[in-house]
Amino acid sequence: MVATNEIPQASVKSDKSSIKRIARFMAFRVFMLIVTIVIGVYATILIANMGGYVDTIMRNSIRESAIMKVSAMTANKAVEPEARQKMVEDLIRLEEKRNGLDTPFFIRSFRYLENGLKLELGRAKNMASDSGSRTVRLILLERLPATLLLMGSSQLILFFGSVFFALALSRKYGSFWDKVIIALSPTSAAPPWFYGIFFILIFAAFLRILPFGGMVDSPPPTNTIDYILDVLKHLILPASSLIISSWFLSIYNWRTFFLIYSSEDYVDMGKAKGLSPKDIERRYILRPTMPTIITNFALLVIGLWTGATITETIFLWPGLGRTIFRAIGLYDTAVIVGSTIIYAYLLAITVFILDFIYVIVDPRVKLGGGNQT
Amino acid sequence: MMVTLKKWFSEFKQFPSAIVGAIIVLMLVLLAIFAMIKIPYSEAIRLWRGGEEVWYQNPKNVPPVWYNWFTREKLPETIAVKAGIDEEFTKLAGTNAAGNPTFDFEYSFEYAYDAFPQELFLYFNTQYETKQPFVSVKLIRPDGEELSIGDFGTPSKFTYRFSQDSNLSKRVNRIMRRQMINPIDGIFAIPESDPTEPMKGMYTLAIQGITFEKESDINVEFVMHGKVAGWFGTDHNRRDLAVAMLWGAPVALAFGLLAALFTSVLSMIIAAIGAWFGGWVDELIQRITEINLVLPFLSILIMVGTFYSRSIWVILGVTVALSIFAGTIKTDRAIFLQVKEATYIEAAKAYGANDLRIIFRYLIPRIIPLLIPALVSAVPSYVFLEASLAVLGLGDPVLPTWGKLINDAQTFGALYKGMYYWILQPAVLLMFTGLGFAMLGFALDRIFNPRLRDM
Repeated sequence: MVATNEIPQASVKSDKSSIKRIARFMAFRVFMLIVTIVIGVYATILIANMGGYVDTIMRNSIRESAIMKVSAMTANKAVEPEARQKMVEDLIRLEEKRNGLDTPFFIRSFRYLENGLKLELGRAKNMASDSGSRTVRLILLERLPATLLLMGSSQLILFFGSVFFALALSRKYGSFWDKVIIALSPTSAAPPWFYGIFFILIFAAFLRILPFGGMVDSPPPTNTIDYILDVLKHLILPASSLIISSWFLSIYNWRTFFLIYSSEDYVDMGKAKGLSPKDIERRYILRPTMPTIITNFALLVIGLWTGATITETIFLWPGLGRTIFRAIGLYDTAVIVGSTIIYAYLLAITVFILDFIYVIVDPRVKLGGGNQT
Repeated sequence: MMVTLKKWFSEFKQFPSAIVGAIIVLMLVLLAIFAMIKIPYSEAIRLWRGGEEVWYQNPKNVPPVWYNWFTREKLPETIAVKAGIDEEFTKLAGTNAAGNPTFDFEYSFEYAYDAFPQELFLYFNTQYETKQPFVSVKLIRPDGEELSIGDFGTPSKFTYRFSQDSNLSKRVNRIMRRQMINPIDGIFAIPESDPTEPMKGMYTLAIQGITFEKESDINVEFVMHGKVAGWFGTDHNRRDLAVAMLWGAPVALAFGLLAALFTSVLSMIIAAIGAWFGGWVDELIQRITEINLVLPFLSILIMVGTFYSRSIWVILGVTVALSIFAGTIKTDRAIFLQVKEATYIEAAKAYGANDLRIIFRYLIPRIIPLLIPALVSAVPSYVFLEASLAVLGLGDPVLPTWGKLINDAQTFGALYKGMYYWILQPAVLLMFTGLGFAMLGFALDRIFNPRLRDM
């Protein structure tokens, strides 16, 4: 999907034909991305409704609550069983119509798809935002700041920290610290929540210096500065578990990646020419690796959207990941599909923009030319 | 073949982490085999999901016995003895003047702990026609004092709880000369001590039973719920955590290995087919991979778990289905595209080998050295995936697993209440599993991938 290693092809073409080529390439790219989004979103809609199975669950719960309601209404009245049955049926029909269950799932699924693609995310059935709204957009937006704070801070530190350390290590590989990083990289086999449990154990349960979870103390501080400090205090443990669980492997991967590029012939050539190590690093190592670095960074940025479901659950962090988890528990498919649609759009836009960024940062790449690998 | 194996082995020995990893993996396999032999599957399920009648011997929420090795204050261990079956609990049968059987039960135990047990029980199981047997229970304490516990008739199934007997409570209060909150403490306390201090030494439980019918019989079981139990402690349901700790190993290994194996082998075959046929087949595979990138992996798994089934096999199937069309298919395809151009493939084509033969005999074997490290390195992520789903409350409803222990501990606030063993024990095993496979896979990668070897 992401053309990272476009092989430069020596070809001399006029400006006109290159504009044509770029236009054709873009049109094809956009078309393929749209097809991908449509199929991906429709697949999610089907899965989120379990191919219509969720309808059955909802029908059953509507029937149950209708029977309960009618028997409560008619508890102290003499009502004929037939009349009572009719009341139940009427109530069920009304509720099913309200939930759109009177149209077959197959037709509804396309309606969901159309609305979703138009970013009309609809309304949640059982969930509500803290402000009481049932609009999916508001439910998701309300959680976005918490997720952005947690994921943003941890992923940015992780990304820039590991690239920076990896560059430093690749300069002198085989050193003590290099070996330490290699030896520690298997620790990344464990997911963040796993480190989270240990962090809670050490810093919250045993040392009692940091909170167990949540985002702010209860009651929250009234003073703005205190509030910020309080949120930061709650941020330390979840953010560090997200960072530590990928830290060593991330450094190791970047370091190996940089090493492969620094064993290229042109780097040796640069050294032979007597260029300073700084120049070599900037011009011969960072420059050709830039597309990969940018790709990873872009994927990281859109990855923020999905949140970290389990880490947020362990730390009771009120982010998007936990909201989606709750939505699933409440059979609120609109929230799940909504979040997926936004992710799909973000991914498609990023992929599309990346193609242009490659051309800017790497002169060897040409749009629409070369074979994709 | 032998030579290559030897070469690999000698290279393998150069990586200490590989050896450590291999040892850990081997130990886990042994643990899994041990678990399956020691506690057969049906027995494990019975022990894990049985109910009070299976777990009554265990105290609630207590740490493992080895806690005492590290603390100055020794906590009482759990005792469960059946008269006549366990040797220390003697059952002497006799006859009284009327010719009816009488029984003398005696059980001596050393009490050298610094705390008091949670609860004491006597479980009676008697046989009679019309008139129930009668027992009198005494406890002879280390100072020689005889504490009368109680005299009562025993129906065919009868449970005597020491703490619920108000008469015993009164007697204990008399000895202690104050109102005891828990009479159990008073039973093992130095008289009149305040704060209550345990009296250490030999205690003897003596039970005299009289029956009124020739065919009558009395059986008794003595259970003392201590404050430590088993090698792994117990949970809120009195379940011995050993069951889940042991059975977690085969479950985790099976899930991790099967998921890694299916995923990598299937995606390798699909990549080979795509690379070999090219054209629309290849294009289709590429598109499916892209669409798969949009699908929310974890959300789908959670949805399947919530809406459909939490069975570990269903989850395994969905995991594999969603992981086939992922990053590995791209790397595999890139390698296959290179291999495809090799001259021996040309030769195979020339002699008329069909497509399937080329794919399975010539393309795929070339990639196996790369497949093995990738497979081993993928195992931890699947082991942790299973645990992660369990932590979200979506663990298999039947099987005892490490993830479910952590989930239980999490739900019942083990960390808040200081029951660290509950969460740490499964966590340590999970960590060993993850580290073992990761270290092994890492080293294998460097052995099989010559490009990485010098780096």
